[in-house]
Amino acid sequence: MEARAATETALGRLPTWVLGLVPLALIAAAVLIFEALGGPGLGERTGPPVEELAVERTVLHPGEIELAVRNDGPDPVQIAQVIVSDSYVAFDSSDADLGRLESTTLDIPYPWIEGEAYEILMVTSTGATIDHEIPAAAETPEADAGFFGLMALLGLYVGVIPVSMGMLWLPFVRRVGEVWLRTLIAFTIGLLAFLAIDSTLEGIEIASESTQTFGGAALVLLGGAASFVALAAVDAGLSARGERARQAGAAGAYLALLVAIGIGLHNLGEGLAIGSAYAAGALALGAFLVVGFALHNTTEGLAIVAPLAEGRPALRRLMALGLIAGAPAILGAWIGAAAFNASLVAFLLGAGAGAIVQVMWQLVPAIRDAAGRALNPASAAGVLAGLAVLYVTSLLVSV
Amino acid sequence: MSKISRRKLLGGGAAAGAALPILHGLVPHEGLHRAIEGASASDGAHVADAPHEEVHGGFGPGFEGPDVDHAANGFNPTELVRDFDEGRTRRLVSGRVLREWELMAVDKEIEVGPGIHFPAWTYNGRVPGPTLRCREGERLRIRFGNGSSHPHTIHFHGIHPAFMDGVPGIGEGQGGGVIQPGESFTYEFEAEPFGLHLYHCHTNPLSAHIHKGLYGAFIVDPRDSRPEADELVMVMNGFDTNFDASNEVYAINTVGFHYMREPIRVRRDELVRIYLVNVLEFDQINSFHVHANFFHYYPTGTSLEPTELTDTIVQGQGQRGILELRFPYPGRYMFHAHKTEFAELGWMGLFEVT
Repeated sequence: MEARAATETALGRLPTWVLGLVPLALIAAAVLIFEALGGPGLGERTGPPVEELAVERTVLHPGEIELAVRNDGPDPVQIAQVIVSDSYVAFDSSDADLGRLESTTLDIPYPWIEGEAYEILMVTSTGATIDHEIPAAAETPEADAGFFGLMALLGLYVGVIPVSMGMLWLPFVRRVGEVWLRTLIAFTIGLLAFLAIDSTLEGIEIASESTQTFGGAALVLLGGAASFVALAAVDAGLSARGERARQAGAAGAYLALLVAIGIGLHNLGEGLAIGSAYAAGALALGAFLVVGFALHNTTEGLAIVAPLAEGRPALRRLMALGLIAGAPAILGAWIGAAAFNASLVAFLLGAGAGAIVQVMWQLVPAIRDAAGRALNPASAAGVLAGLAVLYVTSLLVSV
Repeated sequence: MSKISRRKLLGGGAAAGAALPILHGLVPHEGLHRAIEGASASDGAHVADAPHEEVHGGFGPGFEGPDVDHAANGFNPTELVRDFDEGRTRRLVSGRVLREWELMAVDKEIEVGPGIHFPAWTYNGRVPGPTLRCREGERLRIRFGNGSSHPHTIHFHGIHPAFMDGVPGIGEGQGGGVIQPGESFTYEFEAEPFGLHLYHCHTNPLSAHIHKGLYGAFIVDPRDSRPEADELVMVMNGFDTNFDASNEVYAINTVGFHYMREPIRVRRDELVRIYLVNVLEFDQINSFHVHANFFHYYPTGTSLEPTELTDTIVQGQGQRGILELRFPYPGRYMFHAHKTEFAELGWMGLFEVT
């Protein structure tokens, strides 16, 4: 007892932060010693090295195939030779000797033919092969002004314009009665639920196509959780600062902003899909695609203005909301058509989904009826209608 | 040639169809140019300025980077192509010649293309194993020691008693059959019939024991020698480097594209005799085609009369034959499998006639 009391007194004299640091310092020292001794007791690894390469980008120019390759396995990989469609080929590379997570670009002179499929095998120094398919060869668009202009126009057509037009429902939203407003907000929740699901799936798909080193599909969920928690904290901070301001309509404005941000990140994903399909030559640029996306995205405008029924936002603010929600489609198209980091995009799509879920969470009080039930018949019908509308319009567009 | 300038040239080639005949000589043979430059650097010969109009298609297939490390491999296909191992001989009291060799099975990693390593099983540390050469009617004695970590045999194609056949389960009681690591056995039999044969390991699983490198050519010369000639041995083989039961590298004498980098030098009008053996595993049907020339073909070499004058022959696994030809014109002449896939995965080479 006395010894313990003495220890406590001795420890009690140290500042708290030192106590917090002691375990960290011990862990660091243990790791260093373990490293210095070369992992005592563990012995040599058994089995051959694990060689993994992820092709992060494929660029096709006339007479040339360019691959951006990253080593996403645990062991170093040395690319010894390259086989294209059953033939060894010459290639240029700044450094074909890749440590863990290192990347390089392989320039392969090859007379590829438009529309044909190619199988590229990277032969490593151990004789292992890592293959990469080009399902249908098409020239990668040059990133010139005309290309960026076209992508911007597409982003404008499918993002900014439909969302802004959807926001024209604002006067209608202001006039409808309380029950109708509740139903409309429920409808918005349905729309948002669809977008959250769609963003998540899109993110998982993108994450699965590229390197898994940075977490792959887990990044989508992490992004979602991070944005949900961060936005909840922001919301808590705001409500603590001024309950009065909230009642005067600021809550509505804040919600509308959150909806716009969430939808914006979702539209980033849509732009990305359009841009990368265009870059791969897989996009039929046509009126149908644009009309489909426009219909699909118009309802997003309604989702933004639904929380604004009680406030009187300035036109400038409305335009800003429209841009926040719609303009990322332009950005997405640019990024998607050029090189992009799939891990980052997956994280952003997850963050968008998290923001959307956070908004849905905050909209729930607004759909409660007099008895306090959130899922009353009117709101349930609204949610289902919202899901149905986006589901049906999503059938119009498949990129 | 820098990366940028090549890209420009290629772009130009694609755009300007009219310029194609010129570019054909300049650009598309990039791979071949590299191969040739590599050769001139290593053997000091002026081969880069020789004409090279014989390449198929646009972009020449070939390996990237410097040559394989022949010193580390312990053999060089340029020397191997003319390397015949006649063993040691002595005359028995009966007056017959006894010819003896020693073969040792050794596990060894070899480089089958620049940077591509393969965990081979070898006879005497080389793939293919030594080209054993003897004369019809001699007594042959081959002492085999197994220094590998796996059981092996030597199975000779030829005429001999069952227990000398090097096959699991046959002749085990007389010390034959499978030879375990650390053990040895002496194969002894008559050299017959004359012709071109082969030897290989016959341990199970057979495809593994063959494709890992345990094979070689076995030449029995007729009692009366064949006419004087510049003689070459070519063993058509392949390597399944990723163990998916198909080959990643095809070659003659192991190193893919080797004779593109270092063409086989022959003299104009001189008789050239090629001992051609197919041991290719997995895709067993192989072929040989020479450009701008025809050859007399002696299947299995068991007759002194050719059966055919041709420029292309096909061999299944284990088939072999002797080719005889003369090159009437100087220059470079391709030879390769007339299965394009094999050719573009390494099985192609050049004769340089001077």
